[in-house]
Amino acid sequence: MAALRSSSARLLSLGSLRSAFRLATAAPVRGFAQLADAAQQSQTSSDKPANLKTFQLYRWNPDTPTEKPRMQSYTIDLNKTGPMVLDALIRIKNELDPTVTFRRSCREGICGSCAMNINGTNTLACLCRIPTEDNADMKIYPLPHTYVVKDLVPDLTHFYKQYKSIKPYLQRDTPSPDGKEYRQSKADRRKLDGLYECILCACCSTSCPSYWWNSEEYLGPAILLQSYRWLADSRDERTAERRDALNNSMSLYRCHTILNCTRTCPKGLNPGLAIAKIKKEMSF
Amino acid sequence: MIAQRVGTTALRRVAASPSNVFFTANLAKLGMTASSIQSTQTRLVATQKLTPTDAHDILAAQRLHRPVSPHLEIYDKQQTFFGGSIWQRITGSAFSGGLYVFGAAYLVAPLIGWHLESASLAAAFGGLPLAVKGGLKFLLAWPFTFHALNGVRHLTFDIGIGFKRKDIVKTGWYVWGASIVTGLYLAMFV
Repeated sequence: MAALRSSSARLLSLGSLRSAFRLATAAPVRGFAQLADAAQQSQTSSDKPANLKTFQLYRWNPDTPTEKPRMQSYTIDLNKTGPMVLDALIRIKNELDPTVTFRRSCREGICGSCAMNINGTNTLACLCRIPTEDNADMKIYPLPHTYVVKDLVPDLTHFYKQYKSIKPYLQRDTPSPDGKEYRQSKADRRKLDGLYECILCACCSTSCPSYWWNSEEYLGPAILLQSYRWLADSRDERTAERRDALNNSMSLYRCHTILNCTRTCPKGLNPGLAIAKIKKEMSF
Repeated sequence: MIAQRVGTTALRRVAASPSNVFFTANLAKLGMTASSIQSTQTRLVATQKLTPTDAHDILAAQRLHRPVSPHLEIYDKQQTFFGGSIWQRITGSAFSGGLYVFGAAYLVAPLIGWHLESASLAAAFGGLPLAVKGGLKFLLAWPFTFHALNGVRHLTFDIGIGFKRKDIVKTGWYVWGASIVTGLYLAMFV
């Protein structure tokens, strides 16, 4: 495989220069011709009627800051598109408008890059199926009440700063008894289930009206879920300090159990419950 | 996927054939290495070189102009405008505000000459048509029942019960239904 990869890389780099070196280029040209034909055949072979869907995307360009943000429509054939919203976005960017800007990376719901507001709720574009039951337009916005860097890209600097502020790492003063790992019982480990899976996509925080109005001081569901992840960790020894840091009117208690967070989490976690548990622990 | 596979097989065929003039003869003859080829590539997009301070200035200028993305107006209406939490606040504020307004009015009533005693209010209310009576009573009864029932729902949240996603949606609708029914009951039969 390694040999193949290096030879094909050499072939590709030479192939791109075939106009400069016209000698003996028959073999690679034939190879690329086959490639293009096959791609075309696989596209045109589906003889189903076109299943058109219109996507309305939020557009704003930092290079023309005086222009107001606007919605731009793109219509694509779902028969030639993958099932997820991210597939559609990538296709729009590839084929219709290369200036459409959005974050994406893993396309399988583990990186949290493609978090955006799709049809009114925050979710990951890669985990959100394109609804096929009707032909209603899909509306795609950046995460609500965030500063827009460009199009669907929000500025999450403040969100990450807040994450840093809760000290998201194990804090201990005493070494482990045997000088090896910090061990914990299975029951203690189980307390972290539903907490450690959070990928910090910011879907929940930006779905929270309380966080919209108070994001400067209120930590928001995602960061509070992470706070609870460290409060619940049996190995951490700064639990009291962590609680003290939350014990003010803004950091934690701006949560009014609106619970948009739990309803929107694309990973199926429960930030609302984690916050309720923190409040319970603080009061008893 | 298929296209990719076809491409791979084509590449493999080319790479495997020993009599390929492309690799054996020309590469050696031209004396070219992969690195020297890459250095001659052409770019379709022109990039601009910036000093770190210039880049920082551009970023700072951009940050000044960044719009806030839409929120209340685009978020799922069922979760924002019909959420139990905001109506708990609206009904609660209406009642406490109403109490303060009425209390203050009652206090100054003798000075201004208003008649806000229970007897005169009851007499004024009794003179209204039935539909208006019922409507006014419902306007008072529904916020009360909603606030009471949703208050219970929020108390269960406080002890950590009812946080499953389905339960949140379900109990939200139950509270709306139950508060309207009990509000109508209080307005019509009490």
